[in-house]
Amino acid sequence: MSDFALLTAANLGVTLAGRAVLHDVSLSLQPKHLVALVGPNGAGKTTLLRALAGLQASTGTIQVGGEALSALSLRERAKRFGYLPQGHVVHWPLDVKDVVALGRYPHGGTDPARLSATDEAAVQRAMQATEVMPFAARRVTELSGGERSRVALARVLAVEAPIVLADEPTASLDPRYQLDVMKNLRKVADDGVLVIVVTHDLGLAARFADTVLVMSDGRLVAHGAPSKALSDTIMADVFRISAYRADYRSETVILPWSGI
Amino acid sequence: MVIPAPSARRPIVVTTVVLAVLVALLALGSLGTGPVKLSPVTVLDALFGGGSDVQQTIVREIRLPRAILGLAIGAILGLSGAALQGLLRNPLASPSLFGAPQSAAFGAVLMIALGWADVRSWALPVAGITMAFVSVFVLLSIAGRSAGLLLLILAGLAISSLAGAATALVMNLSANPFAALEIAFWLLGSLEDRSFRHVQLALPFIIAGAILLMTRRSAFRALSLGEETAQSLGVDVGRLRLLVIVGVALGVGGAVAVTGTIGFIGLIAPHLMRPLIGHDPGRLLVPSALTGAALLLAADIAVRLIPSTTDIKVGVLTSIIGVPFFLYLIVRERRALGGGIA
Repeated sequence: MSDFALLTAANLGVTLAGRAVLHDVSLSLQPKHLVALVGPNGAGKTTLLRALAGLQASTGTIQVGGEALSALSLRERAKRFGYLPQGHVVHWPLDVKDVVALGRYPHGGTDPARLSATDEAAVQRAMQATEVMPFAARRVTELSGGERSRVALARVLAVEAPIVLADEPTASLDPRYQLDVMKNLRKVADDGVLVIVVTHDLGLAARFADTVLVMSDGRLVAHGAPSKALSDTIMADVFRISAYRADYRSETVILPWSGI
Repeated sequence: MVIPAPSARRPIVVTTVVLAVLVALLALGSLGTGPVKLSPVTVLDALFGGGSDVQQTIVREIRLPRAILGLAIGAILGLSGAALQGLLRNPLASPSLFGAPQSAAFGAVLMIALGWADVRSWALPVAGITMAFVSVFVLLSIAGRSAGLLLLILAGLAISSLAGAATALVMNLSANPFAALEIAFWLLGSLEDRSFRHVQLALPFIIAGAILLMTRRSAFRALSLGEETAQSLGVDVGRLRLLVIVGVALGVGGAVAVTGTIGFIGLIAPHLMRPLIGHDPGRLLVPSALTGAALLLAADIAVRLIPSTTDIKVGVLTSIIGVPFFLYLIVRERRALGGGIA
């Protein structure tokens, strides 16, 4: 495992409408890691994700692969981050392949009908990895929620960025698709990408992530391996719950059990 | 597994070529229609220096500016509609529903009433463009990032009403009743009796606006995924908004300054194209422009053919056709509208 820091943030702060939404967050993350970002509603998870991608103005410094984020043009940033927002809306009934091809936008592949060989290959790889090939020629609006979430993921993978940021990619999916999405992201991380996933599902976080970041009131309060970061103290102090813990087939199981 | 090449390509090329031919034929028709009917062959002959002197004068000096303006203004209205719909990811966006032509008309009318400009001066398009810019800018500022359907339509209604009221006030205060009458007729929107002077006034702005909007086409496509995702793909959304507002203002303001308000072409044109070439907002731009040109040329031919004692203004005809179409769209989008502002 490499200990080269791909993404670092120092003293990150965001103030929205006079309220400090993000406060003094510092972190250092490595490639080939799946990082789960968890915390109660309003803890600042999405804000942190957006700040890291440069989509939200912030104080402090962010470095990507040794370069300052603030010194990078919008297009250069776009090549480094694949960003999957909450809800992954598509406003027009576009063809699935055209949506996935938008992932090549930062690389200059702006017209899905005229992709270069490199862009086309990346689109095919992304569609294969997420198994959207069977409905590549259909319109996104005709797909089920699960299929649509795979298309959204394919679009992000098509960027072939060293960092993938996903905001609640498992929200409103049935259990089967939740597992599919997490397995996909796990595979992406194993292939060398730094994947940061915002999620409310502590069970999925504990099982799939290498590292868990816990946020509370705009601060990073825990940072480490799942069993360490999701300790009983954190569960009680941050989430105000107790959790059932076990090992099943040598994987960590954490199940939120009751409120405190 | 191999994905078949996107079948969307061919229909677009075919549709575009068919539309271009249709526009050319309608332009010929426009040159041939009027008190003196001329056949397409005679028109072509006169256009390139043949035929009698009278025919040459009719075609080249009287009808050619009218046809050029019809084509260019129809095209920029169709293009503006498609661009606004792409920017806002909203099928009910269009310059006329946003009050842009009405505001541009107010700017131009104010210039005339204050005596700062006659109907052939550069001050008219400049005033029109400025007011069109202000109106679209204010509208998009009110709508904010979410740009819900209901909010846009209400804000557009407010802005066009305000522009209409301001125009009415100017006419009300006008010292000369004939000037007021002249303004009122001019507001109805017409391509009649336009000269090459008018073409000179409007065309540079229309071309500049068209170029500005056309060069944004791939950004509209990225915007299909929402502003945040588009931004994450490298689109500067704030800058894009501003450029689209400037492009629409240049085109619509320039057009209104020489023809008065001609509405609804920008709303209708993209809708006619979607069933043929799909919803990709980038690919819709050129076909929508051609459709807009065809619609306005056809409407302008129709007003010369419809028998009536007074001339029907082309702006009146496009509104008579356009408003029921707008109602039809409202019915179709009923669910989205009923769903509230978000």
